[in-house]
Amino acid sequence: MIGGLFIYNHKGEVLISRVYRDDIGRNAVDAFRVNVIHARQQVRSPVTNIARTSFFHVKRSNIWLAAVTKQNVNAAMVFEFLYKMCDVMTAYFGKISEENIKNNFVLIYELLDEILDFGYPQNSETGALKTFITQQGIKGQPQTKEEQSQITSQVTGQIGWRREGIKYRRNELFLDVLESVNLLMSPQGQVLSAHVSGRVMMKSYLSGMPECKFGMNDKIVIDKQGKGGTTDDPGKSGKQSIAIDDCTFHQCVRLSKFDSERSISFIPPDGEYELMRYRTTKDIILPFRVIPLVREVGRTKLEVKVVIKSNFKPSLLAQKIEVRIPTPLNTSGVQVICMKGKAKYKASENAIVWKIKRMAGMKESQISAEIELLPTNDKKKWARPPISMNFEVPFAPSGLKVRYLKVFESKLNYSDHDVIKWVRYIGRSGIYETRC
Amino acid sequence: MPAVSKGDGMRGLAVFISDIRNCKSKEAEIKRINKELANIRSKFKGDKALDGYSKKKYVCKLLFIFLLGHDIDFGHMEAVNLLSSNKYTEKQIGYLFISVLVNSNSELIRLINNAIKNDLSSRNPTFMCLALHCIANVGSREMAEAFAGEIPRILVAGDTMDSVKQSAALCLLRLYKTSPDLVLMGEWTSRVVHLLNDQHMGVVTAAISLITCLSQKNPDEFKTCVSLAVSRLSRIVSSASTDLQDYTYYFVPAPWLSCKLLRLLQCYPPPEDGAVKGRLVECLETILNKAQEPPKSKKVQHSNAKNAILFEAISLIIHYDSEPNLLVRACNQLGQFLQHRETNLRYLALESMCTLASSEFSHEAVKTHIETVINALKTERDVSVRQRAADLLYAMCDRSNAKQIVAEMLSYLETADYSIREEMVLKVAILAEKYAVDYSWYVDTILNLIRIAGDYVSEEVWYRVIQIVINRDDVQGYAAKTVFEALQAPACHENMVKVGGYILGEFGNLIAGDPRSSPLVQFNLLHSKFHLCSVPTRALLLSAYIKFINLFPETKSTIQEVLRSDSQIRNSDVELQQRAVEYLKLSSIASTDVLATVLEEMPPFPERESSILAKLKKKKGPGAVSVNELEEGKREGGELNGGGERGGDSSAIASTPSPSADLLGLRTGPPVTAAAPSTGSLLVDVFSEAGVNDDGFLSTQVSKIYNTVLVVFGYFNKKILHIVPLNDLSERELVTINEQTPQGVFVMAPFLKMFRALTCTILLGLGMALLENVDPNPENFVCAGVIQTKAQQVGSLLRLEPNAQAQMYRLTVRSSKDTVSKRLCELLAEQF
Repeated sequence: MIGGLFIYNHKGEVLISRVYRDDIGRNAVDAFRVNVIHARQQVRSPVTNIARTSFFHVKRSNIWLAAVTKQNVNAAMVFEFLYKMCDVMTAYFGKISEENIKNNFVLIYELLDEILDFGYPQNSETGALKTFITQQGIKGQPQTKEEQSQITSQVTGQIGWRREGIKYRRNELFLDVLESVNLLMSPQGQVLSAHVSGRVMMKSYLSGMPECKFGMNDKIVIDKQGKGGTTDDPGKSGKQSIAIDDCTFHQCVRLSKFDSERSISFIPPDGEYELMRYRTTKDIILPFRVIPLVREVGRTKLEVKVVIKSNFKPSLLAQKIEVRIPTPLNTSGVQVICMKGKAKYKASENAIVWKIKRMAGMKESQISAEIELLPTNDKKKWARPPISMNFEVPFAPSGLKVRYLKVFESKLNYSDHDVIKWVRYIGRSGIYETRC
Repeated sequence: MPAVSKGDGMRGLAVFISDIRNCKSKEAEIKRINKELANIRSKFKGDKALDGYSKKKYVCKLLFIFLLGHDIDFGHMEAVNLLSSNKYTEKQIGYLFISVLVNSNSELIRLINNAIKNDLSSRNPTFMCLALHCIANVGSREMAEAFAGEIPRILVAGDTMDSVKQSAALCLLRLYKTSPDLVLMGEWTSRVVHLLNDQHMGVVTAAISLITCLSQKNPDEFKTCVSLAVSRLSRIVSSASTDLQDYTYYFVPAPWLSCKLLRLLQCYPPPEDGAVKGRLVECLETILNKAQEPPKSKKVQHSNAKNAILFEAISLIIHYDSEPNLLVRACNQLGQFLQHRETNLRYLALESMCTLASSEFSHEAVKTHIETVINALKTERDVSVRQRAADLLYAMCDRSNAKQIVAEMLSYLETADYSIREEMVLKVAILAEKYAVDYSWYVDTILNLIRIAGDYVSEEVWYRVIQIVINRDDVQGYAAKTVFEALQAPACHENMVKVGGYILGEFGNLIAGDPRSSPLVQFNLLHSKFHLCSVPTRALLLSAYIKFINLFPETKSTIQEVLRSDSQIRNSDVELQQRAVEYLKLSSIASTDVLATVLEEMPPFPERESSILAKLKKKKGPGAVSVNELEEGKREGGELNGGGERGGDSSAIASTPSPSADLLGLRTGPPVTAAAPSTGSLLVDVFSEAGVNDDGFLSTQVSKIYNTVLVVFGYFNKKILHIVPLNDLSERELVTINEQTPQGVFVMAPFLKMFRALTCTILLGLGMALLENVDPNPENFVCAGVIQTKAQQVGSLLRLEPNAQAQMYRLTVRSSKDTVSKRLCELLAEQF
């Protein structure tokens, strides 16, 4: 269980320090600062063990969040909690920055008291928290006794994430499928590893206590239906469906139903939340193909040519494309020529950065660069780090499709048809690299 | 220094450094550095040549980046170019970069060496100094090879400036330390020694460091330096404080030089020349006298400098160890320091006294301070000083004050720091042993020691007390009584239980007469500690129990009950389980005289150097235990352990620190040594005797044990009669295997030579294992195995001795049951 939680600024000064258990001493704060924040070598592992004390940290811009424990805890749980903590703080006061934390430290301590009890994570649903931890203070919004008891029954009840009696004039639902595609490709164009990790984000503004049902082209479900012979021919459905390797759900989803029928049904929280997270590795649509060509001309010159090809429907537009071509450490000068977009040698990052604002599908574009090198007495060869790429495309590279999202509310008089639903797909690059 | 022309402080560098300092995060810093590196690369690559200033600036930046912890793989060439500049600052930065960054890179080293050579031969003293400093800083082998011949010439040349001479001396010292084989003084020796007469004190100071180092390696060549050093010293000591001007430090004339001179003299024995010696003694007396004078200044620097000389002089006096008068004076002087306000002084005084205590002249004088030292031990705040006090007490201990000192150390132990407890324990143990007049005192002391600091009592200490108790008949009864009493404490340390278990197991009979310590009471007392102990201790206690059965037959049923209980006989620890089972069977099957033989009292231990002393030596490193003490240890140790005529039987108690060092030695552990068969490897004895015995019969004594052993084996093999392929095992390994995985052993023998192969088949067909290289006669067959009958398993040994000439063979079968032996014999006779 978590013994304590510290928040540091970039200099290693402690902004927030909350100790939950006695086994965490005062020196734990310093131990983390000395051994991780001020470490000589950059510490890359998110878990550090110092003197039998484990430190789990995440970094948000210049802020370090560290959870400390002396026990053998579930590290995944701790990180899940830290991420949740970040979400909660963002929901309360926006960006996590030193200034924001300093301005809201009372609130943060209040939150920490609420979402961690003796080191055990408690209800950390922003919607629920906001009903009883407010920034306005008690005076601004006097709560009646009934309201208070309502909060208590809701928070401790079966459906802790949604309160009763919500009413909207317009029942609306926003559904975003956010995916990030990760790739490592050999210079010859062979896929070495590729996977998509995706999230289904929802924003719901629904009255009452609606029951929702979410359907997508999950292979298992489609196959089952295909067998039943109710839908169209299996060949077609096989192509359309995707194989999900693993997934996790928001706590509102009824897992028993998912396990038995593989249907995702839930009573949604109010406002924004992450319905599910998943990962796929098969039949990924790779939006871009990078073809590198590196030629070493003698010891002091390097010629690089990179072609990128977009590989999706011509009607779609990819955005924010950025190709990062690493340069050797002894680069002394670079000349770049590109047909499209802008390219620049960034010495501070040891890379040529090529930016294209928009690019339609089934197009290609190329860049060529001449790199001058300074002869060094270092015998080591340049390691040739991979060329990496960033982009954003308006479809889901995993092939995931939302088939339906049904809303049932028996008590109130609105039906599935009255709800306005919006669906959006965004595919982003994760670590999208091609070796050269 | 040449005038600095342009940009005294390089502005670009200052801006860069302040940029780095202002970076908010590590990432930002790395970005800034990458940018700067790219800039420098493009500048170095650029077509137009850089002027000296910008070269210097960029090299400086690279140096700064390197010192921040980033790799630098270029810029070396530019740095080397800077060396040939005529400006001091540029040259300096060049040398700085090289001494920090250049490793033995062949192509560059040549260029650098050239530049250094040029500077060394230049007439400019600052350039020469820079070059010498660079050589000293790099100090690589290549540099030594290139310049080892050149530097001594510079050092002794008449026209070299004093500052260059200083640098040269120190540079040479450095090269000598890294590669002594390359620095050959030879012809220069006498001229270097004569640097001691140099006018310039700085040169003398630098030279004396060099000479000290050189004379440690080959004292004979530099012998002449003694008289020079003495005269130099006497000149300094007798000078008025104002004589030396620059070299007077807070009214003390040339303190560093004096210290170094005194240290140099410590490399040599006392001078033989009477005049020189007289002069030196005079100097030392003057120094001691000066210590008595009232201080000329209240500043701490003044007293520090004065005391530094004083302590150096005292260590010289101790080193000579020939002037009783001086030694006593030194001792008195140190005695004053013992109560000084300065902690450092007290520490140093105690440390020096430790060495003084080992000198025969001053030992008595040191002893007069015993009260102060004991007081220091008790009241001192600084732990390191307390440690020194303890060391001194240890050093000043002799027969007359041993009891007092041991008592003080024991009482101190209760509050001592954890870090020094183990050492203290060892020291107490050694002193108690060394100066023990009566052994009851010794036993008391050690038991007290275990009681007070049980955790820090290493195995050697309690092994030693057991060795001594076993070797001394007169103390055994007392020891038994004392441990019995000590064990009655509600909580006693495990080491105490170990000692108690061992001693009661051996000598419990000596106190059994007293109804308060009747056998049963003894047993119950031991057994009450049993469950709180670790496995090795429990194993030891089990052995003690079986010894009890031998000593007091009346406890047999109680003990058997204990051994039979599930917690013993089904213990999850194999060692304990096996002991319990073996001992249970041994006690129920073997007759009393077998028991008495197997469980005989341990024989006395052979004489050897105390293992504790060895441990202390190891702990403190060589040299910490003075020679004097070692001699004394020998003298006293011999007396204590009651002569060396006993022994011959080496048991594992002290030599093997393994937890299986055992009372009984019947089973356990690796066989001790091949040369000396010990009780620890009883089985080896059996086998070797059986092998040597030509008539094939075992002597009665051996056979008795042998029977027992086999019985024991027989009972452990729950699912036997699979035979172990033991053929390629040597005799001793075989025994080990038997012990670890109880398997049956069966020795069997003889037959006709030509049918050797056939015989093998027959014997193996019997389900026995053929043991090779067991019998001294290679023609003989020796087999071992376990016969499994319905009722029980019977271990058998078998030997077949073929006689080719006589066309006969002899078969010897030995097993625990005579009927089995007979039947086996008949069976085999049919086969052959």
